[in-house]
Amino acid sequence: MHPFSYTRVSDTREAVDAGRRGGRYIAGGTTLVDLMRETVERPETLVDITGLPLGEITATERGGLRIGALVTMSEAAAHAKVRTLYPVVSEALELSASAQLRNMATIGGNIMQRTRCTYFRDVTADCNKRDPGSGCAALHGVNRTHAILGTSGACVATHPSDVAVAFAALEARVHLLGPDGTRRVPFSDFLLRPGSTPQREQALLKGELITAVEIPALPRPLRSGYLKVRDRQSYEFALTSAAVALHIRGGVIREARVAAGGVGTVPWKLPAVERHLVGERPSGALWSAAAAKASDGARPLQHNRFKVELLKRTVERQLRVVGGTK
Amino acid sequence: MSPQPQAAVGAPLSRVDGRLKVTGKALYAAEHDVDGVVHAVIVDSSIGRGRITSIDTGAAEALPGVLKVIHHRNAPKLPYRDNSASNNPPEGRRLRVFQDDRVRFHGQPVAVVVATTLEAAQHGASLVEVDYDAERPSTDLTEAEPDEPTRYARGDAEAALRSAAVRLDLTYRTARNHHNPMEPHATIARWNGDKLTVWDKTQWVVGTQTELAAVFGLDLDAVRVISPFVGGGFGTALRCWPHVVVAALAARETKRPVKLVLSRKQMYLGTGFRPSYEYRLRLGSDRRGRLAAAVHDLDAETSSYEKFTEAVLAAGQMLYSMPHVSQAYRTVPLDLPTPLWMRGPGFQTASFVIESAMDELAHELGVDPIELRRRNEPAEDESSGLPFSTRRLRECYSVGAREFGWDRRNPEPRSTREGDWLIGRGMAAGVYDTARMPARARARLDADGTALVEAAATDMGPGTYTSQTQVAADALGLTVRTVTFRLGDSLYPPTPPHGGSMTMASVGSATLDACNKVRRQAIGLAVGDRESPLYGVAADDVVVRGGRLHVKNDPARGETYRRLLTRNDRTHLEADGSFAPPSGPQRHSFYGYNATFAEVAVDATLGLVRVRRVLGVYDAGRIISPKLADSQAIGGMVGGIGTALLEHTLTDHRDGRIVNANLADYLVPVNADVPDLKAIYLDGEDREADPLGVKGLGELVMIGVAPAIANAVFNATGRRVRELPITAEALL
Repeated sequence: MHPFSYTRVSDTREAVDAGRRGGRYIAGGTTLVDLMRETVERPETLVDITGLPLGEITATERGGLRIGALVTMSEAAAHAKVRTLYPVVSEALELSASAQLRNMATIGGNIMQRTRCTYFRDVTADCNKRDPGSGCAALHGVNRTHAILGTSGACVATHPSDVAVAFAALEARVHLLGPDGTRRVPFSDFLLRPGSTPQREQALLKGELITAVEIPALPRPLRSGYLKVRDRQSYEFALTSAAVALHIRGGVIREARVAAGGVGTVPWKLPAVERHLVGERPSGALWSAAAAKASDGARPLQHNRFKVELLKRTVERQLRVVGGTK
Repeated sequence: MSPQPQAAVGAPLSRVDGRLKVTGKALYAAEHDVDGVVHAVIVDSSIGRGRITSIDTGAAEALPGVLKVIHHRNAPKLPYRDNSASNNPPEGRRLRVFQDDRVRFHGQPVAVVVATTLEAAQHGASLVEVDYDAERPSTDLTEAEPDEPTRYARGDAEAALRSAAVRLDLTYRTARNHHNPMEPHATIARWNGDKLTVWDKTQWVVGTQTELAAVFGLDLDAVRVISPFVGGGFGTALRCWPHVVVAALAARETKRPVKLVLSRKQMYLGTGFRPSYEYRLRLGSDRRGRLAAAVHDLDAETSSYEKFTEAVLAAGQMLYSMPHVSQAYRTVPLDLPTPLWMRGPGFQTASFVIESAMDELAHELGVDPIELRRRNEPAEDESSGLPFSTRRLRECYSVGAREFGWDRRNPEPRSTREGDWLIGRGMAAGVYDTARMPARARARLDADGTALVEAAATDMGPGTYTSQTQVAADALGLTVRTVTFRLGDSLYPPTPPHGGSMTMASVGSATLDACNKVRRQAIGLAVGDRESPLYGVAADDVVVRGGRLHVKNDPARGETYRRLLTRNDRTHLEADGSFAPPSGPQRHSFYGYNATFAEVAVDATLGLVRVRRVLGVYDAGRIISPKLADSQAIGGMVGGIGTALLEHTLTDHRDGRIVNANLADYLVPVNADVPDLKAIYLDGEDREADPLGVKGLGELVMIGVAPAIANAVFNATGRRVRELPITAEALL
């Protein structure tokens, strides 16, 4: 670990000031401290934001939910409104990490977490994300767990978060506070595909602080859920995952929100699958036909070819589970 | 067998050191409070093979707190005396730290930074700049040139195979596995003149002592190794690894006591592993399943500098009856660190292959897997012609089949479904060598009626403290609470390595001997003492119970140790005990056996395998400590689940880097993966094996689990997976 200075802030303006001067925000620290120990991250200044008043979950006027950036994963997962309105969010959270980590880690930190690509996390390996221009060791290396969607020649690392997949599916918005005021960024614009600049992972301006994630109101009734496929039953990142929310009325799917995890360089929204569902009646054939589009555009690597088929099956299964047909 | 009543042995006692452990008072290697200790952090090579061309330590040395950076350019030449007689090392030339510029594997220690704080040492280590002349390493088992094989043959297996009615030709692959104990390797080294004291994580204080004496050219008694608690080992601490030498060297060079703890990542870089195998097995049988021949061709990983071999051939020679066997075992030298024994060494791998193949043969013939094994049950050990000391595998099968509900298994693959889950049941036989080696112990009975027993043994988790206390208590006729057992110090009487499931048979028998001698001394004193109520009684008629000596058939006639010793002005009685397996030609074949049963659920659509239950039935001889035995069995089964479904050390062959050197990416089972696990021990003992009648348990409980799971996966899905671990891509 490299030496660093540490400061606590008590209001958001103070935080943004410190951030603008180059400070790195730290809340639960479950990702950042790990990476500092490996010297992957070498911040000079840590700005502890856990004293900020960003720990509330509130209902928005129009029937959505605003989850404060400092709400812990376990608090969000246990929250009655989250559980009843958006099971896909609470399930994604509960299938993440371990109980101990969920008690520490925050929602804002969760969507900021960095990839589990083992080459990224090993400072002696080539990695464009960590050391731009050094190359991507994963591209032709051991890449079973890597991305098949949204990749580039510069980076094939997956975004590791589960709840971000649910947020992407639900088309959440990220609330930001920066030196120039507040703004709201659609989730799909917040996390960036690697392209030729994999070191740039979020659409954040210097000093900007995540204050909340807002889930928009969706038509009711809304059924939703999250499926995570992995080798181990707990405490492991996804090989593939699917977040599904369906609004079915009169026996017809009126709205569909579907995204996949474990397969993309960012949480992977599946608009082609959604389009295939809307206006149709739930059936096994529909799930299968819709899910067949889940891997469109996939570019598998040497060891992760299986994800192309597994992703389709994961989406099909979760459509069936949420849609409630055989 | 002791004439003493057995009150403690066989009782389901909790660990005598349990309270120390749960209150944090049990001190592990890195936790000993050594005055003035400074910290060392190793710099690992970032290439897989080549030479170091330069080392720049300037930035590290400029850091406040950094005392010294040691590497091959400034390290003293160390004697590295031959130590082949004592440490049972693989043939070859052991890795010598900082003695030359060669890099032999990715992550080899190339320098060490010593600093007054851990933080400074860690930061300093990240600032050491090493340049290399790198070569492409060879790390792929299937691509490299093997050594000359070790061979075994009886009969003419190739000819018998050609004429067999049924032939199978099967190739299996097993992944490299790392031990991953909870406690990392750690060493504190302190010099006092030419005398070296080391607090170390080790499964053999005597082995670490002899190796350090050899490396530094010291007399054996100039080195003391202390290791009272070990936080898991599974074999990784059976060898004195280079980092232990680094710690001692750093302490000598800085003239300060030095603490060196390996990071979790470094646990994968130079402290041994279960090698990966490619194992081709050809079986020939008649139509009824009577085996005629087996031809085994095995390739296994080893390092470029040492040839590591393990007992992977024995099971193929003796588990089933067949006239013709041929085996060729080739090690493949690779740019890797040297492997080491890991729980159930050799047998674990052989058992996966043989027991999977038997299941394949059973399916091919349409014979029940248990029935097939019964048809091939040998009358004697066909590799030696010796009778088995005890072999109760048939009983393991019948008890297991009954308890597991084997008759409810549908032999037709893919025939049992529950929703999205396919259900399968499988079984395997297991075998492990009953190892025993010479051991000593010392016992002392004090006039206050308490006793102290000492041996240089280890307790890496099986409960040596507790089980040795049980043996000692019964032999002395004391309660467990009045007996203290001490271990983990090279000053105590020497014992063999704490591995190969031999501690109870070896150390336990030495403890028994020492305590029997002390008890007999006391009885001798009493029956010769005119003032004793036992005066004149035949010594053989006296037993001791609860610290009181009495006539066996007349409990009222007797007196306590305390009274006897006090009256005779004896502060204590003491004796040295020993055990050695009989010398000369063996008269029996000694093995422990099991039948292991597994039930799995497979989501074939998503490629998920979930173990539902595992049952092991063990012919392990006498069980000294049933509660600890259950802990062993559960741990072994969990290890077997890991081997079967999760554990796999991954190498990037481009540069020899291990890419999953951490516990997030190298998967071991978590609680959710560990279902209903049950162990049953056949009542009995092995009187030929050792005075306690035990056959060893720690390895045996892991063997058979992986093939039982693989066979259950086949029963569930109809998909035969011949590569471990079994992961989603093999089942989609």
